[in-house]
Amino acid sequence: MPTESIPVPTAPGTSTAPDVLTGSGAILRSLELLGVTDVFGLPGGAIMPFYDELMTQDAIRHILVRHEQGAGHAAEGYASSSGRVGVAIATSGPGATNLVTAIADAYMDSVPLLCITGQVFSTSMGTDAFQEVDIVGITMPITKHSFLITKPEDVPEVMAAAYHIASTGRPGPVLVDVTKDAQQNSAPFVWPTRVELPGYRPITKAHGKQVQAAAQMLAEAKRPVLYVGGGVVRARASEVLLPLVEATGAPVVTTLMARGAVPDSHPQHLGMPGMHGTVPAVLSLQESDLIVSLGARFDDRVTGKPSEFAPDAKIVHVDIDPAEISKIRVADVPIVGDAKDVIIDLTAAYADAVTRTTPDLTEWWERLDSLRTEFPLGYTEPDDGLLSPQWVIERIGELTGPEGVFASGVGQHQMWSAQFIKYERPNSWLNSGGAGTMGYAVPAAMGAKVAQPDRAVWAIDGDGCFQMTNQELATCTINDIPIKVAIINNSSLGMVRQWQTLFFEGRHSFTDLNTGHDTRMVPDFVKMADAYGALGIRVTRKEDVDAAIQLALDTNDRPVVIDFVVSRDAMVWPMVPQGLSNSAVQYARAHAPEWEEE
Amino acid sequence: MSHVLSLLVEDKPGLLTRVAGLFARRGFNIESLAVGKSEIAGLSRITVVVDVEELPLEQVTKQLNKLVNVLKIVELEPTQSVQREHLLIKVRVDNTTRSQVLEAVTLFRARVVDVATDALVIEVTGDSGKTTAFLRVLEPYGIKEIAQSGLLAIGRGGKSITDRVYRS
Repeated sequence: MPTESIPVPTAPGTSTAPDVLTGSGAILRSLELLGVTDVFGLPGGAIMPFYDELMTQDAIRHILVRHEQGAGHAAEGYASSSGRVGVAIATSGPGATNLVTAIADAYMDSVPLLCITGQVFSTSMGTDAFQEVDIVGITMPITKHSFLITKPEDVPEVMAAAYHIASTGRPGPVLVDVTKDAQQNSAPFVWPTRVELPGYRPITKAHGKQVQAAAQMLAEAKRPVLYVGGGVVRARASEVLLPLVEATGAPVVTTLMARGAVPDSHPQHLGMPGMHGTVPAVLSLQESDLIVSLGARFDDRVTGKPSEFAPDAKIVHVDIDPAEISKIRVADVPIVGDAKDVIIDLTAAYADAVTRTTPDLTEWWERLDSLRTEFPLGYTEPDDGLLSPQWVIERIGELTGPEGVFASGVGQHQMWSAQFIKYERPNSWLNSGGAGTMGYAVPAAMGAKVAQPDRAVWAIDGDGCFQMTNQELATCTINDIPIKVAIINNSSLGMVRQWQTLFFEGRHSFTDLNTGHDTRMVPDFVKMADAYGALGIRVTRKEDVDAAIQLALDTNDRPVVIDFVVSRDAMVWPMVPQGLSNSAVQYARAHAPEWEEE
Repeated sequence: MSHVLSLLVEDKPGLLTRVAGLFARRGFNIESLAVGKSEIAGLSRITVVVDVEELPLEQVTKQLNKLVNVLKIVELEPTQSVQREHLLIKVRVDNTTRSQVLEAVTLFRARVVDVATDALVIEVTGDSGKTTAFLRVLEPYGIKEIAQSGLLAIGRGGKSITDRVYRS
């Protein structure tokens, strides 16, 4: 890299010498040039030079979190609700390791995330210095890529590359670790005109022949299903998907990561497949003769026992990540490409294919409609007189409407939120699908509210999940981020409890949290909300549910926490028990739907 | 079944960890690994031997391709490539056995690179059939130490893997 003494010829009209900036200043300038407007973080020793620069500007809003995990999930929520890159900042050592869960989460769910961590002086690295950890090494298996910067002149190029990698192809987390001396020392700031990464060239445009083959199969199939995954949301392909759905007349299922990618109100939409999917969605895949997978990855929670999944189906697998294709289920037609581009091409190719073949899905729809009639999504009222959690969640969805954003934690409340809220648009449903990270909801909702301040943003959380990251309520109150938290308080680690009830002979080992009905209620969530400057409401009776939700929707000067004290015996149905074939789907306890060939 | 993969990689810190970590994480066993500079400054070549079936091999290759610092991966078929191992062997000798060992060295076209009163250090290069046979011959004399490189391999003919990297 040339130093200041070497004259560089420049085009007329441009300034002559590049600005000399500290590494910290260069990080900041890079973020500005990348169009970043909001970041989440918490300072510490090794990142202090950067924070000193951050204080002197107002182009980037920094939100001071209370725990770095909160910064990570907030950046994820920011990204997932808006499609932009989320940025989280932490110091070295424990600051960086506190980001690890969020990074793993973003890796599993393909969330574009840029993490910037401070590192000890380059001269101290490897000496077990104070707050030194090898965060690049720790995060190697859970990042799309990672960088270590030890010299200020490397900052612009690395920042541009990191952002590019995070946001293109299959999105994912990228970590940039910057030593303290690289932040303090100065160098000319030279912004790269283009990112040079010879080993990183995501394929976006698919092979035409493969697309034609897929279209032909789709035209000839008797029992096709469009299996829509999170990739459709990440690729912003919802709009172009609808014409394909309607042209083919085929049934559609949307996975946990893709809820909202196709409106729930669409008549061809069968709902969510998988372990807690609707019976029609689960059995449509299972009985199909052609599965067109769009940005989905045949997760074990969708396939059940993979060797028995959809035994008669041919597979068209569309994914931007070649490594996903044939990873779990061998694809008959592999298509590597961006979901949006492929769907547009596939729609055109299908129109051409149906000039030769006339698809007839009448029988298929008769079968699926009979399943829909016989096994609608539903729940029974609990017999202990307490609130039904499903009903509470349903009401939140209905009173908020499809323009809202719903982030959830992990467990029963997550499944009920995926089932009973009707999603009409992509990016309205945020959750930790792959990693299953308890504690995701509150910080993710916070991030979403920062990205989309005009939307009502809910964190639908469990009493267990809420206790993992609720300190971000302080961040919300102080920074005027009025999120709404609905705690579905069943006083237990509900999903684990459900499995204990079903598979461990009712032995409820260490799943009581004592937060709900008929317990000591520790902590008292209403007092806690109050302590954080949020509006706290407790709801125990059905007739108070709507009013509380409405009050939350009307309160925008501070966060709201509603403690819905619900029945702990409610279970998530339908269910495919783990490790079994999807054919074993149970509509409710000991109630398996009748199977066509029987 | 063993497969030989030739990887062209950027010579960046942590590269080897990324490659080795990926094998470990995805449950693939590395049989041998050899790393060194390539003909292009800043790029290294890794020759890795992995014991997997056809379908998991495809997974390994795709996953390796996702590493940002990996530029190109080619599987080298035994018939289409030259494959060599390089061994340094310290073998025990005395006045009665030295000449027999030296005879074996000549027969295998190996070389003596260090001589002591009680031992010889021998250098041998070849495919694994040859090196295994050579070790079997030396065994009775007493092998004190072996250091060996991983398998090195290069495609036969005029084409270079590197040409293809910069084609696109």
